[in-house]
Amino acid sequence: MSQAPIKDNEVDIVIGALRSDLSSFFNEWRAYFSRFHLIIVKDPDLKEELKIPDGFNLNVYTKNDIDRIVGSTSISFSGYSCRYFGFLVSKKKYIISIDDDCHPAKDNKGNFVDAVAQHIENLTTPATPFFFNTLYDPYRDGADFVRGYPFSLRNGVNCALSCGLWLNLADLDAPTQALKPSERNNRYVDAVLTVPTAALLPVSGINIAFDREAVGPALFPALRLAEEGKVRWETIEDIWSGMCVKVICDHLGLGVKTGLPYVWRTDRGDAVESLKKEWEGVKLMEEVVPFLQSTMLPVTAATAEDCVVEMAKTVKQQLGSSNPVFGHAADSMLEWVRIWKTMVSRPS
Amino acid sequence: MAAGSRPAVTPLLKDELDIVIPTIRNLDFLEMWRPFFQPYHLIIVQDGDPSKTIKVPEGFDYELYNRNDINRILGPKASCISFKDSACRCFGYMVSKKKYVYTIDDDCFVAKDPSGKDINALEQHIKNLLSPSTPFFFNTLYDPYRDGADFVRGYPFSLRDGVPTAVSHGLWLNIPDYDAPTQLVKPLERNTRYVDAVMTIPKGTLFPMCGMNLAFDRELIGPAMYFGLMGDGQPIGRYDDMWAGWCTKVICDHLGLGIKTGLPYIWHSKASNPFVNLKKEYKGIFWQEELIPFFQQVALTKDCTTVQKCYLELSRQVKEKLGKVDDYFNKLADAMVTWIQAWDELNPAKADAAAAALANGASK
Repeated sequence: MSQAPIKDNEVDIVIGALRSDLSSFFNEWRAYFSRFHLIIVKDPDLKEELKIPDGFNLNVYTKNDIDRIVGSTSISFSGYSCRYFGFLVSKKKYIISIDDDCHPAKDNKGNFVDAVAQHIENLTTPATPFFFNTLYDPYRDGADFVRGYPFSLRNGVNCALSCGLWLNLADLDAPTQALKPSERNNRYVDAVLTVPTAALLPVSGINIAFDREAVGPALFPALRLAEEGKVRWETIEDIWSGMCVKVICDHLGLGVKTGLPYVWRTDRGDAVESLKKEWEGVKLMEEVVPFLQSTMLPVTAATAEDCVVEMAKTVKQQLGSSNPVFGHAADSMLEWVRIWKTMVSRPS
Repeated sequence: MAAGSRPAVTPLLKDELDIVIPTIRNLDFLEMWRPFFQPYHLIIVQDGDPSKTIKVPEGFDYELYNRNDINRILGPKASCISFKDSACRCFGYMVSKKKYVYTIDDDCFVAKDPSGKDINALEQHIKNLLSPSTPFFFNTLYDPYRDGADFVRGYPFSLRDGVPTAVSHGLWLNIPDYDAPTQLVKPLERNTRYVDAVMTIPKGTLFPMCGMNLAFDRELIGPAMYFGLMGDGQPIGRYDDMWAGWCTKVICDHLGLGIKTGLPYIWHSKASNPFVNLKKEYKGIFWQEELIPFFQQVALTKDCTTVQKCYLELSRQVKEKLGKVDDYFNKLADAMVTWIQAWDELNPAKADAAAAALANGASK
């Protein structure tokens, strides 16, 4: 199934800068980033000046810009949440976002992977959430739908979210990494597949891309741990946001893909230290998952904004009483929609 | 899980697993599989002319059944076993006395992994069956029980024990398992992509189950593996494994069992004639548009506590809801009942033991 090639000016690459010296990061990614416009958002807590090499078409936003543009808000853009500001100010259809401690990975043949191109490919070919194809993504070269796949489902649906993976330091939680300190992910699985409808997954923010026009408002910094930190082991915001996006995509008939592209993730941080903070997140998942699995959105919720508002209501009603963190999350989700609508209605 | 230990040795299970092979031609392909298959007992189901002698290569321990044997053993119930179609293989599942079954087509050979090493497909299937499945939440690093993999951040700890794996669905390099229309459009396409993953198919999701390279836990799910009425005298072919797969998935979802797909790969050597295939599949292509919504919406009640009860309830609903699509489905529903009767006759003690086990499990 051929699609019109996507124009470079339909894409924004959003990088949340949690480190100040981004020289090697941008030089490594130059070949894949330089065609596109970039939005760099500096972690409001980062004191040092950002070091970014020349040769990129980019806008950099710092704490002052965030405060000025968003105004007064209860939303925190601290740490990994700074990237959401980038999603907010972007005017493009597609967004690709990668953590600043990731490098281009190599595939099984030893060639560097263009993660940006792969995400774009994922987003611009259909997803197939209603029936599992055993040869994975049927739109890839050399693959197709297998015998027994209903013909009426072969057009697929629009893909709204592309979840990439990580070699070397995988996105494991702190307890798991602490138990297996030397475990690294060396397995390059050459597949993209659609996550079936009604199946939830933990969406990692480390390497993702999405259709901002379709689901932009549904990616939000809402669930913050009390002592959220500057390593992924100490956050849960992307997992919460990602699972909400999946529920919303399922409701709106949009697809979510997972698999390629891989990025290579630097060893950093101390899983044992992080255990103390992330334990809270691990406990929260036990409540979050059954709740999301049974969440039904009303038929009247026809856009991503509508869906977020409905979900926020249900979160407050059903989870708010068990832990105040959920009440805050619900409030943040509503606040996010308010800010989003304000930004969208502003002249470019 | 122990940190940094050597991978565990996969048990051979040589007295617990039967290999079921349907054939109408010959069993020459077994020579290539000898290093991997020889320890196991084979059940050969000879389709077609029973007066023909199928030669089994020396050194294999086997039992062979032709149509005369099937008729003799099942009597009038033999009507549920297809003739002139590899669907007859499910007779082998019924007569097996083992816990596990591996079934493979006679045009499937040993494949090589990307390093050039021969793939021991049976060993991988055993690994898949002996480790849990995770149907309730998708793990983005695929099978978390494989060496070098694990559950990712955000995966609830309460779901990390997983559920028992009932089915291991393997894949194929070289000739892909395409339907006739796709074969006609892409006659030269070969599957050359080795995807190094095993994954659980999520609860509530259907898939096309291919019988070419399939293993399952007969004690957990055997009675659901009926391959339907195909071939001679039937209006449809090449939907035997599909039918079994949809029934099996619905029942596994209901009973809390898992189905894995992915590794191992075998090498599929023979491309069947797409025009012949089109004739066989033709009705199926239209019927599946009704079948899929049927299976997606089917609900099994709480008192369906055994595979047999689930299956009989399915057959009742097939008759009620699909009978109007074509009279074939009335006959198929009857055949499903006959199959369960035959299964229980040939496997009496297991029926009660399985029910007791499930009842015990439910009361824990």
